[in-house]
Amino acid sequence: MTAAEIREEILDILEAIAPDEDLSNIDDSVNFRDQLELDSMDFLDIVMELRKRHRIQIPEDDYIELASMNSTVAFLEPLMKDIQKV
Amino acid sequence: MYDTIIIGAGMSGLAAGIRLAYFDQRVLVLERHFTIGGLNSFYRLRGRDYDVGLHALTNITPKGSKRGPLARLLRQLRLSWDDLQISPQLGSDIVFPGVRLSFDNDLDLLREEVAREFPLQIDRFDRLIAEIVEYDDLDESHQQISARERLAEALTDPLLVEMLFCPLMFYGSAREHDMDWGQFSIMFRSIFMEGLGRPHAGVRLILKQLVRRYRGLGGELKLRAGVQRLAVEDGRVTGVVLENGEEVAARRILSSAGWSETMRMCDDGAPVVSRVPGRLSFCETIASLDVEPHTLGHNRTITFFNDSEKFDWSRPELPCDLRSGVICSPNNFQYGKPLDDGTIRITALANFDYWRHLDEHDYRLEKLRWYDSITASAVRFVPDYRHRVVDTDMFTPTTIVRFTGHENGAVYGSPEKQFDGRTHLENLFVCGTDQGFVGIIGSIVSGISMANQHCLRE
Ligand SMILES: Cc1cc2nc3c(=O)[nH]c(=O)nc-3n(C[C@H](O)[C@H](O)[C@H](O)COP(=O)(O)OP(=O)(O)OC[C@H]3O[C@@H](n4cnc5c(N)ncnc54)[C@H](O)[C@@H]3O)c2cc1C
Repeated sequence: MTAAEIREEILDILEAIAPDEDLSNIDDSVNFRDQLELDSMDFLDIVMELRKRHRIQIPEDDYIELASMNSTVAFLEPLMKDIQKV
Repeated sequence: MYDTIIIGAGMSGLAAGIRLAYFDQRVLVLERHFTIGGLNSFYRLRGRDYDVGLHALTNITPKGSKRGPLARLLRQLRLSWDDLQISPQLGSDIVFPGVRLSFDNDLDLLREEVAREFPLQIDRFDRLIAEIVEYDDLDESHQQISARERLAEALTDPLLVEMLFCPLMFYGSAREHDMDWGQFSIMFRSIFMEGLGRPHAGVRLILKQLVRRYRGLGGELKLRAGVQRLAVEDGRVTGVVLENGEEVAARRILSSAGWSETMRMCDDGAPVVSRVPGRLSFCETIASLDVEPHTLGHNRTITFFNDSEKFDWSRPELPCDLRSGVICSPNNFQYGKPLDDGTIRITALANFDYWRHLDEHDYRLEKLRWYDSITASAVRFVPDYRHRVVDTDMFTPTTIVRFTGHENGAVYGSPEKQFDGRTHLENLFVCGTDQGFVGIIGSIVSGISMANQHCLRE
């Protein structure tokens, strides 16, 4: 997956977690926590969804890499480069 | 081999099951009873639908709210607000001799009421609210502080203190006489700051949504499948043995059966760490009316009453405590269309030991006798509806034991909670009533968070 495709995938996951949330104006450089009111349970869900969808394991120490869209995409790019977008 | 076996198909067990099945685990929920729901199930009797427990759901925040337990659980279970079809309450009262405080799902009403009835307390009340807003429900150190001590510092009118405790204890205190400050804050927020609501179809709607979700994700559910014991080897559970002798293996177990109940099932011979069992149980009367309660002049959703200035939250010496109670009319919510029947339900504290020792004949007679006494006590606080009653039902602490297995019929379980859900075995965990959160919304949140913490991280 390319960085753009990973971004799409993360948006899709966020939509599954928070269906009532408006994601169209999301600022990629700002923490999810500050703009979306996600709590720690929701962060676990991003990790779990990635595992469910793409079999990617993210160790607990790396959860902080998922703070914003930019940091998430940067962190996932090497992990997801061989995954095909479906 | 299952990834996780969940004991109990009540609110907490089903919610945990959804989480695990959603993330592709092989999950089995085992339920002893012939139906789902546990403490809050539903049934049909002489052509009418009844809920076992449901007065109201707590924590009702409006659609679109992102904060609070309701929003959190909807996100976690991937349900939408509309799935639960919740209608907010019309308005409820706390009634003590000479004083009535009304509240609804907007905290401003309660503030105005306190300002009117207790003008000298309102500034203090506001500061108390600010403190409750600040309370962090993930900080367990607060759990140990006595709410009575805290409130005695915060407010100087003991009557107001009693009136605030009455609804919060009735809806969620496993401890006699007092509450933990943490539990007080959680209950205060869930009832006074968020609010009460109910689906038009009652608890069955919630349970059906949970079970449909769970099964749709491939979760398995077995009814009439009581777990007799847990097979333990080298500090780990390896599986369960059912009451019919069948053995089922699992990598871990999450139990909503209660702390002591679960400990007793372990066959490792480890001494059951004794915990003070809960002692607080209820009798509940249910009256079907041939009119809606509002035609009798009763439009309150819930009326919490106490007939003296001091509220006594303890196991009564008498079979039922007639001094206090909770009167609920399921009709009095903001529905789009009326319910089929008028209904009034009353909850009163009850003494489990008394009810347990009656033989069948006396049990039936005593039920009738106490049905009448409880109702007579309640109509001191709401319009007398007894001439409109077309059918009745009643349950006692022994009914609660029969349907849920909870020791002493203790609705809110043991006063000592196991907040981290862990046990002496590394792959056995508890959720629900004895983990820490009670009520329908509370136990769903408990199931979710124990599933997240102990069953999904590996
Ligand atoms: C009369 C009454 C009124 C109430 N009113 C309200 C209300 O208005 N609003 C509200 O929010 N809450 C209310 N509650 C509280 C609420 O119902 C409970 O807090 C909640 O349902 C607890 O859910 P749980 O999953 O923790 O436990 P339970 O519902 O007790 O679930 C445990 C399940 O485990 C099963 N089980 C036990 N042992 C075994 C075994 N060995 N093998 C297999 N299965 C087993 C039991 O049969 C049960 O189904 C009320 C409760 C009562 C009794």
